[in-house]
Amino acid sequence: MRHHLILRVITKLLVGPILLFALYVQFHGEYSPGGGFQAGVIFAVAFILFGIVFGLETVKKVFPPWLVHKFAALGVLIFAGTGVVSVMLGSNYLNYNALNPDNPQLGQVGGIIAIELGVGITVAAVMVAIYYAFASRTPMINDEDW
Amino acid sequence: MLHVAGVSGLTIIDQLPMLTIVVPMLAAPLCVLFGNRHIAWLLAFLASVFSFLFATHMLLQVMDGDVLSYHMGGWEPPLGIEYRIDAANAFMLFLISGISTIVLPYARRSVAHEIKKVSHTLFYCCYLLCFTGLLGVVATGDAFNIFVFLEISSLSTYVLIAMGAERDRRALTSAYDYLILGTIGATFFVIGIGFLYMATGTLNLADLSVRMANMEGNRTIQAAFAFIIVGMGLKAAIYPLHLWLPGAYTYAPSVVTTFLAATATKAAIYVLMRFMFSVYQPDFVFELHTLTWIIMPLAILAIFAASLIAIFQTDLKRLLAYSSVAQIGYMMLGIGLASKSSLSATIVHLFNHGITKAVLFMVVGAYVMRAGSSFANNLNGLGKQLPWTSAAFVIGGLSLIGVPGTAGFISKWMLIQSVLEADLWWLAIMLVISSLLAVIYIWKTVEVLYLKEPDVSTLAMKEVPLSMLLPIWILAIACIYFGLNTEWTLSMADVAAEGLLNGGGK
Repeated sequence: MRHHLILRVITKLLVGPILLFALYVQFHGEYSPGGGFQAGVIFAVAFILFGIVFGLETVKKVFPPWLVHKFAALGVLIFAGTGVVSVMLGSNYLNYNALNPDNPQLGQVGGIIAIELGVGITVAAVMVAIYYAFASRTPMINDEDW
Repeated sequence: MLHVAGVSGLTIIDQLPMLTIVVPMLAAPLCVLFGNRHIAWLLAFLASVFSFLFATHMLLQVMDGDVLSYHMGGWEPPLGIEYRIDAANAFMLFLISGISTIVLPYARRSVAHEIKKVSHTLFYCCYLLCFTGLLGVVATGDAFNIFVFLEISSLSTYVLIAMGAERDRRALTSAYDYLILGTIGATFFVIGIGFLYMATGTLNLADLSVRMANMEGNRTIQAAFAFIIVGMGLKAAIYPLHLWLPGAYTYAPSVVTTFLAATATKAAIYVLMRFMFSVYQPDFVFELHTLTWIIMPLAILAIFAASLIAIFQTDLKRLLAYSSVAQIGYMMLGIGLASKSSLSATIVHLFNHGITKAVLFMVVGAYVMRAGSSFANNLNGLGKQLPWTSAAFVIGGLSLIGVPGTAGFISKWMLIQSVLEADLWWLAIMLVISSLLAVIYIWKTVEVLYLKEPDVSTLAMKEVPLSMLLPIWILAIACIYFGLNTEWTLSMADVAAEGLLNGGGK
């Protein structure tokens, strides 16, 4: 893609706003359309777009595969860990009311933000991991060999 | 008596139904975060031990017919997700976590031999997810939650099976076959649940059974029944739906085969029993017809056809896989008879066959480690080189046949008794004949192990390490113990069968 100057410039311009929009969708999820899954996909799209235009090796320098795996696990841990926190506070698993006993409604909001963050991180990481897995696959037979 | 875990001021005992599942679920991402294969194994083992302790404690709590209820997130059922532990699923949780706790010490060396080091962390992560999924399927009292956990266990199972590709590339096609069939099964199941929700407006199993009590003529719940039976039947490998099983068991890493053979199909059969006897009333005419005219004939067909196919197998793993299909036939026969005694026979057989097949597959894993494959040709005379391992195989084989003094005898005896109770003496004779088929394929293997002259390469083989031998022998001794002391298993199965027929202690 070295010759596609327009694509390269536009991509550089777009990656930032895409990431920002993903965060917007993420943190408005609990009271407007959006949430962890959608945000995670949008977040991953920034990396995938970057990878398509600048090459797989470049994007792997930005977000190395080993780190992708860690983030995928981290998200699950945040989700499950939120439940454990509510258990520690002496309530049922994933009972957000326990997070703020004086104002249960605030506890609910906090709990949802926490688990949506977990969902977002995992979805973004898994999306990127799937892209890496497909893009890194070496074709069994080259087109020229047919 | 129903024990509901309160909304506040919960003790650790109240949290057990949830902790049994959440502990392995937390351990899985931790494996990946640490990224060290030794820590991953340790986490998997510890999680498994904790789950086992929790499950044992719950089993002791519900043994007298009590029911534990846990409300996820503090939301009351039927709206919220409820974990409902009665004798039937506490027994299954005990079996699954127990097998996992015994298999994991064995796994350490076997996995090191069969899977390359880089993948070990991910292997244990997938194993834990599969374990979580199976426990969740059994523990939950919410129909949709069953589907969610079913997917968690299935997706990780596909990966685990595909990891056998390092030893044999055919693992990839087997995993793919299972992926397709397993997904069809899960889809059918969720369609069935959708129909149930449409007809009743609830997903809670206990609530479903109450609302469906006088809906016998409703076409929607009849269609749901068909979808659920076929979907779960695929997962449980009921005879004509078993095609994924031989390939998956043959090419998966030995540890995975052992764990799946002892637990995964059993969890699916538990779900079938739960839907057939707790959610749907067993006296619904359409269900009675299904049990008598579809499930029973297929079960008998499975017992004979799969045993016959097993006789002609040259790969020991594939032989045992077909034998599993036949044994599932015995369990389905107990379900088809639909009496209390036949149900408890099925539950006893779930347990006894679980430990028996675990021994046999672990022994085969030991042979794979020493001889490099499970082909009968490579195992000539191994009985003398690996005396302890092979002796365990003989014990497991005897239990599979159903020789008196082994666990397998008890469950077959129970089954024949319940068949006679239903005045089906011809079926009792057929069951005895079917055991003879098992004698043939077990004898065929014993002959290879003990009577064939060992090859030159075989002579250099040594006994497997103690960390593998010990788990094999714990289960081999369990096979004999539960064959001699039947008080515990039989009373457990009785309470479980009663719980299932009473709709989980309403």
